[in-house]
Amino acid sequence: MSTTTDPDTRPDGFRLGMLINDTRYRSYTFQFIALVLLILGLGYLISNLLDNLARAGLNISWAFLGEPAGYDINQRPIEYTSQSTHARASMVGAINTLIVAFLACISATVIGVVAGVLRLSNNWIVSKLMSVYVEAFRNVPVLIWILIIFLAMSNALPQPRTFRGDDATSSMLFDAIAVTNRGVYIPSFVNGAGSLIFWIVVIASIVGVFWYRKYAKKVLYATGRMLPTFLPSLGILIVPGLLAYFILGRPVTLEYPELSGFNFKGGIHLRLSLIALWFALAIYTGAFIAENVRAGIQAVSKGQTEAAGALGLRPGRIMNLVILPQALRVIIPPLISQYLNITKNSSLAIAVGYMDITGTLGGITLNQTGRAIEAILLLMLFYLVVSLSISAIMNVYNNRMKLQER
Amino acid sequence: MKKTVLFGALTVAGLAAAGAQAATLDDVQARGKLNCGVTTGVPGFGEPDANGVWQGFDVAVCRAVAAAVLGDPMAVEFVPTTGKTRFTALAAGEIDMLARNTTWTFSRDVDLKFEFVGVNYYDGQGFMVPKALGVNSAKELDGATVCIQTGTTTELNLADFFRSNNISYEPVPIETGSEAVQLFTAGSCDVYTTDASALAAQRANFANPGDYVVLPEIVSKEPLGPLVRHGDNEWGDIVRWTLNALITAEELGVTSDNIDELASAPGSNPEVNRLLGTEGTLGEMLGLSADFAKNAISAGGNYGEIFANNIGESTNIGLARGLNAQWTEGGLIYSPPFR
Repeated sequence: MSTTTDPDTRPDGFRLGMLINDTRYRSYTFQFIALVLLILGLGYLISNLLDNLARAGLNISWAFLGEPAGYDINQRPIEYTSQSTHARASMVGAINTLIVAFLACISATVIGVVAGVLRLSNNWIVSKLMSVYVEAFRNVPVLIWILIIFLAMSNALPQPRTFRGDDATSSMLFDAIAVTNRGVYIPSFVNGAGSLIFWIVVIASIVGVFWYRKYAKKVLYATGRMLPTFLPSLGILIVPGLLAYFILGRPVTLEYPELSGFNFKGGIHLRLSLIALWFALAIYTGAFIAENVRAGIQAVSKGQTEAAGALGLRPGRIMNLVILPQALRVIIPPLISQYLNITKNSSLAIAVGYMDITGTLGGITLNQTGRAIEAILLLMLFYLVVSLSISAIMNVYNNRMKLQER
Repeated sequence: MKKTVLFGALTVAGLAAAGAQAATLDDVQARGKLNCGVTTGVPGFGEPDANGVWQGFDVAVCRAVAAAVLGDPMAVEFVPTTGKTRFTALAAGEIDMLARNTTWTFSRDVDLKFEFVGVNYYDGQGFMVPKALGVNSAKELDGATVCIQTGTTTELNLADFFRSNNISYEPVPIETGSEAVQLFTAGSCDVYTTDASALAAQRANFANPGDYVVLPEIVSKEPLGPLVRHGDNEWGDIVRWTLNALITAEELGVTSDNIDELASAPGSNPEVNRLLGTEGTLGEMLGLSADFAKNAISAGGNYGEIFANNIGESTNIGLARGLNAQWTEGGLIYSPPFR
């Protein structure tokens, strides 16, 4: 057998066959072929879809968004009537989704961190209780929890009419909070003249507390002198607000819920659907976050605890100053996933009649207009944008918390 | 064919709304079963009995069509649908027809591209409240909490009614009728609103039906009837004339008791003869056997018998015929002639 041509004798030569035979190009060839096939396949499916839709007389149109919705929504964070457009109804739904997702994310984090830390407690009862909590809530679908909480509350809590009359069987907590099977009514703020100044003072004093704590830390690091933090913080937080409140002549008053007609009126109405959804999402996801927190803490070497203990730190401080900051690096990435899960799971709202965007745009609007494809596309876009935004924000936080390599 | 298969894959992916437009009759006969969309459970109208066999006023229409097309009233695959899923199921071809107290409206007929083949129940939206509230009229409901099944026309009627009377309310939208009833009986809402027939049907199942009253106001027209997809007129004709056969049978006095005798040989009434296939070729024109109407009527009796057995005054639903009496008796039930 004679030898074949050596590629090196023609370094600049490029033959078509090299696309298959030469390892330098072969992978590109196959990737290119796969890409073309993928595009063709997708194009075929999409053109098929449009073709069949057109044949069935269903054309993509967004005109329905401008038409009057015709239905009412109970929880309206922005102004809305049944004469508003479908677009407006979708927006109300979107804000409702964000409200419940935000509330659930915050509460799930608090529940999760507490449960995760307590699960590692040396106290046998506490750690076993937390194990039971985590296993019970993690292993039952969240939809079941939403329904259980909703049905339990609607059946167990008193009806508004039991608050009425002289022989009322129920009464309000502190004469301010009414817990009924239609939701919880709490007092709301009524802003009078000069209330703007009062709120500015309140916000400024909160900022002031942070500023003072930062200053105290700076003094500590520079001079080693420890300034008292608790009492001054409390003073900065309360005194200016109180002074402003009385100097301005009590500009902000509370409006209490009152029974009138069929329901309580006035104050803020936290609907049963919101509470059930919020609570279910928070405890369900809290169980997952507890496991993340436990994993994060256990990922920090035990030597850290012992070293901190040897320096004379109290157990609470060891956790807050040494363990948790390091554990956060492990906790944050899975925490992002949990936040995304909460946002997406909030679409189960329809099970309890909470009017989130799946209930308005993907529910009633879709049903009344029959524009299924358009509505679902918009829904997908909404959840995609919200989820990507949460990811982006949490990634920024993650980058700030991760190990700084110099 | 390939296109249909691929398109089928897309519908599964939840993207599509339109199904194959080919002859539904051929599909049903090849399958040997009729896929019929029904409710998830409204007593008297469509609900499985203790043995798991679907029974009810709407279910009887499915059985009649199955009997007319396949000769067997039990050859029906019942597909429970909610207010939200029913139209998608029909448009995607998951079901061949929908018999699920669905209101015939302009936009559903024209914009959603369905064909309502007739009306089997003339209904209207009503309100039910606990007696203890002492409410006598729907106009006294200012500020009330109202439970409502979402994805239905009742939602829009409710908004219109309260707006035109300039009173406020708090809607509690619920996915299925049974959940809404549960909330209503627990007192989470003051009022439950839906079609008056369904109110009566569901009240019959309450622990204490006497504690609740249906208010006198009927705030909308709700003609309920079976429907099919646009695009297959032959199939639409079959369902339409099966329903008409049930109505005509009552008008002509053809009942499940005397039908065998009347169908055995041509009798003195030519319209009965044409209906039962002993004269003329009406069945053939539909692409069915000559005795399609006989089979349909034998399945559960004529319209009047179906009404009386499922929702009539002798049942615990206890609905009077009212608007749903034959036109000869002052009602609106009327079938075009069989000729």
